[in-house]
Amino acid sequence: MVNKQGQTRLSKYYEHVDINKRTLLETEVIKRCLSRSNEQCSFTEYKDFRLIYRQYAALFIVVGVDDTETEMAIYEFIHNFVEVLDEYFSRVSELDKMFNLDKVHIILDEMVLNGCIVETNRERILAPLLILYSECVDSDL
Amino acid sequence: MLVQFFQRTHDSLLLLGKSKEAEIKRINKELANIRSKFKGDKALDGYSKKKYVCKLLFIFLLGHDIDFGHMEAVNLLSSNRYTEKQIGYLFISVLVNSNSELIRLINNAIKNDLASRNPTFMGLALHCIASVGSREMAEAFAGEIPKVLVAGDTMDSVKQSAALCLLRLYRTSPDLVPMGDWTSRVVHLLNDQHLGVVTAATSLITTLAQKNPEEFKTSVSLAVSRLSRIVTSASTDLQDYTYYFVPAPWLSVKLLRLLQCYPPPEDPAVRGRLTECLETILNKAQEPPKSKKVQHSNAKNAVLFEAISLIIHHDSEPNLLVRACNQLGQFLQHRETNLRYLALESMCTLASSEFSHEAVKTHIETVINALKTERDVSVRQRAVDLLYAMCDRSNAPQIVAEMLSYLETADYSIREEIVLKVAILAEKYAVDYTWYVDTILNLIRIAGDYVSEEVWYRVIQIVINRDDVQGYAAKTVFEALQAPACHENLVKVGGYILGEFGNLIAGDPRSSPLIQFNLLHSKFHLCSVPTRALLLSTYIKFVNLFPEVKPTIQDVLRSDSQLRNADVELQQRAVEYLRLSTVASTDILATVLEEMPPFPERESSILAKLKKKKGPSTVTDLEDTKRERSVDVNGGPEPAPASTSAMSTPSPSADLLGLGAAPPAPAGPPPSSGGGGLLVDVFSDSASVVAPLAPGSEDNFARFVCKNNGVLFENQLLQIGLKSEFRQNLGRMFIFYGNKTSTQFLNFTPTLICSDDLQPNLNLQTKPVDPTVEGGAQVQQVVNIECVSDFTEAPVLNIQFRYGGTFQNVSVQLPITLNKFFQPTEMASQDFFQRWKQLSNPQQEVQNIFKAKHPMDTEVTKAKIIGFGSALLEEVDPNPANFVGAGIIHTKTTQIGCLLRLEPNLQAQMYRLTLRTSKEAVSQRLCELLSAQF
Repeated sequence: MVNKQGQTRLSKYYEHVDINKRTLLETEVIKRCLSRSNEQCSFTEYKDFRLIYRQYAALFIVVGVDDTETEMAIYEFIHNFVEVLDEYFSRVSELDKMFNLDKVHIILDEMVLNGCIVETNRERILAPLLILYSECVDSDL
Repeated sequence: MLVQFFQRTHDSLLLLGKSKEAEIKRINKELANIRSKFKGDKALDGYSKKKYVCKLLFIFLLGHDIDFGHMEAVNLLSSNRYTEKQIGYLFISVLVNSNSELIRLINNAIKNDLASRNPTFMGLALHCIASVGSREMAEAFAGEIPKVLVAGDTMDSVKQSAALCLLRLYRTSPDLVPMGDWTSRVVHLLNDQHLGVVTAATSLITTLAQKNPEEFKTSVSLAVSRLSRIVTSASTDLQDYTYYFVPAPWLSVKLLRLLQCYPPPEDPAVRGRLTECLETILNKAQEPPKSKKVQHSNAKNAVLFEAISLIIHHDSEPNLLVRACNQLGQFLQHRETNLRYLALESMCTLASSEFSHEAVKTHIETVINALKTERDVSVRQRAVDLLYAMCDRSNAPQIVAEMLSYLETADYSIREEIVLKVAILAEKYAVDYTWYVDTILNLIRIAGDYVSEEVWYRVIQIVINRDDVQGYAAKTVFEALQAPACHENLVKVGGYILGEFGNLIAGDPRSSPLIQFNLLHSKFHLCSVPTRALLLSTYIKFVNLFPEVKPTIQDVLRSDSQLRNADVELQQRAVEYLRLSTVASTDILATVLEEMPPFPERESSILAKLKKKKGPSTVTDLEDTKRERSVDVNGGPEPAPASTSAMSTPSPSADLLGLGAAPPAPAGPPPSSGGGGLLVDVFSDSASVVAPLAPGSEDNFARFVCKNNGVLFENQLLQIGLKSEFRQNLGRMFIFYGNKTSTQFLNFTPTLICSDDLQPNLNLQTKPVDPTVEGGAQVQQVVNIECVSDFTEAPVLNIQFRYGGTFQNVSVQLPITLNKFFQPTEMASQDFFQRWKQLSNPQQEVQNIFKAKHPMDTEVTKAKIIGFGSALLEEVDPNPANFVGAGIIHTKTTQIGCLLRLEPNLQAQMYRLTLRTSKEAVSQRLCELLSAQF
């Protein structure tokens, strides 16, 4: 998840990538996506990967996959993810993701595990966060 | 709490834009603070510990290295509060690498959580295993997790995590995941009521099935029935898993993927049901949408595209293939760019199926239109790919013409690829070679800069090999050269062709010798050194072809700008050619400057280039430059049999390739010898002309690929027999020369010739044989062979001798092929498919589908595969009709593991051969060699 200035807001790797290589990789990937216009399609190739991306206001969500995935399915999965975030944060902005990085991670972990889509049902994705919420309420009392 | 911290970090992040230093300063301060808190005497409570660990995590995610806090994170794992545990696990998942010494402590905490029977805690623990996935973790939990997965009382969410956790362990340490009775129960998870569980299980089963197809065969019927229930359900049936009126789209996609691990189901009932499903999916695409939202159609199309991939994968139902093609055809005109892109891409694969090739061709106008109107270069690129894929003899002229016209405006990034594609199609489907010549010349005119050397070498080879097109080619290049500004590549082609065949148009007063010469020479001064060198060779050829222009040419050669040229190569040519034209008699000139003999037929080097372009660029580029350098030094990579003489005539080695930046010193014979020396060179060269390959030797050669002994060559005079043995990277070959006549052979000299490409990769050593072979006698020659690195070409054996006063000259290819250095490897099915999977990089696989040339006999095939050198693996392939083999190619520098799979199709009398090795060139060569055997 990257903003228009090219700053990474959230990144998750399902294969080991060295931390110092990550920054470089992310920069190149986002450059690739930013250089494309709205008229161009949402799929592009980067090295051995296919990049599938969607833009939400100033925020890009980019997914890199190998050839075992279906482009259209991932494309729409991104939207599903954003809808879940939307529901949880009522309206997602970049700042939400900044301040609630841990929660975004939980949501993503519930949806994608080990690089595979694991859950697509909104209520079930958000279940752990409800536990979290109830615990927080407890502790505040 | 956290929010405050983030707020502050965010403020500092705002600084980030202004100064990196400020950020680092701020972070270092925070790190020092946290460190002191952790080291402090006061024990921290869970809440603060969580707070600081979370800060560390955040700092890490900003891209800074963290070298402490791991212990505190591990402590959090044993907390009973979800929030604390969760942060602990998150920290470990993100930051702990697999060889950390903390792993034992972590494993302990995980064990406790797994035993806790609290589904959220179990979930966290499983997530952690899935993200770290180290060997130690696999050792500790690989036995446990399958039980959790199939236990009846496990909560659904835990099952989901367990399935993907197991997948991770299977990927990292497959040997530690025991197959057992749980496998059949895992397959039955496809029937689980809970679609989330099915989603997770399908990913696991797909991976397991790829490696153990036999054990997971039952998943096919289960997946089909699950898919069928989803596809036919009313959109409300699956409540929460319906996404904008599309029932469980992602699960459907996964199930369709799983089915692509297998051939079409054999059971007619299952097969019927699957066909029904696929038809329903295709039908739904035609129905009016249930929602106007784009999410609805996206999800629906995701399933549709995957269904089409399955149809293409099965490649067995003509009806479905054609329907798929029509559906994609509709998408080609859709207003969504994404859909057009994907449709072009899948159509490319459809074009290669015999059932749908014709159907794909009907969309040619749309695709051509896409080429002209698409605004996205990646979409246009797909359109080019598709045109290339759908091209055959019937539409080649149209497609080539369209590609050419597109080339005028094409993006620079894809021009070279288009040039290669056009050149290949023009050659492959040329019925009329004048069309081919026109096409290539157009190519040079439109995109000269992108026409690589391979392309223009090839046109020259073809013109030289086909005498029906030579006159036309000469006329056409002559006309093309009339243009005031023409590309240097055209000058090269023009110079070469007029030098060889200018005489064919010299009768026309408009293209008389002098006009031809003046035309070429008018371009001379604008050209680079290599082209000028080529033109000089053309001039000396003119001296031979047209004695009347000899004085003019001599004047040019004699001018200071030639004789005293600063460039050594040009100067040398000018000096030598001038001398040659004055000293040599007409006869000698005619011999030395004779027309080029035909080139040996072989695979187009352009095709090889296109294949290479698709590969990873960095490595090949390096190899390329290396190869080019060695070419320059050695004079040229052309195999010796093609050239009449070495240095000075426009032979392919001297002119087509090697002139570039040839360093003066090591380039062949010492250049200082001047004119007199040259003639000696010319004579000594022409005495050792190597004969073109003997007819039929190709067939004989192929016969030796799978065997080591036999007769390689036989004519009325001579018989050549072979016996050879190979072990690892070494081999020994006994060559027997039998004199079939009753007369002596004199000056009998066999020579082994390795081309420059081959030489560094294959070492051949032998001793000369007795120059006299008595009538009826046999002499033996031993060749010691060492394979240094993988190679493609075969060495050539040239034999020269005198028989009854006549000079005899025979060349045959010596069957020393890469597969001779095979050592068979036995392996079990599981190992085979695991390795197969590991070699799944597109460059590692080469596939060939071809018609059977011999009767398709199982036993003969087996014998051939064994003779080829690999082990024949029984009971590995789920389909008993298929053959699989495995072995290792031994070379001095490296060992290359090779897997092969041969799938016969008796009905169609076809084979599909797939080779996977760690090296593209090896896969390519082995596939070539073995394909010729069936």
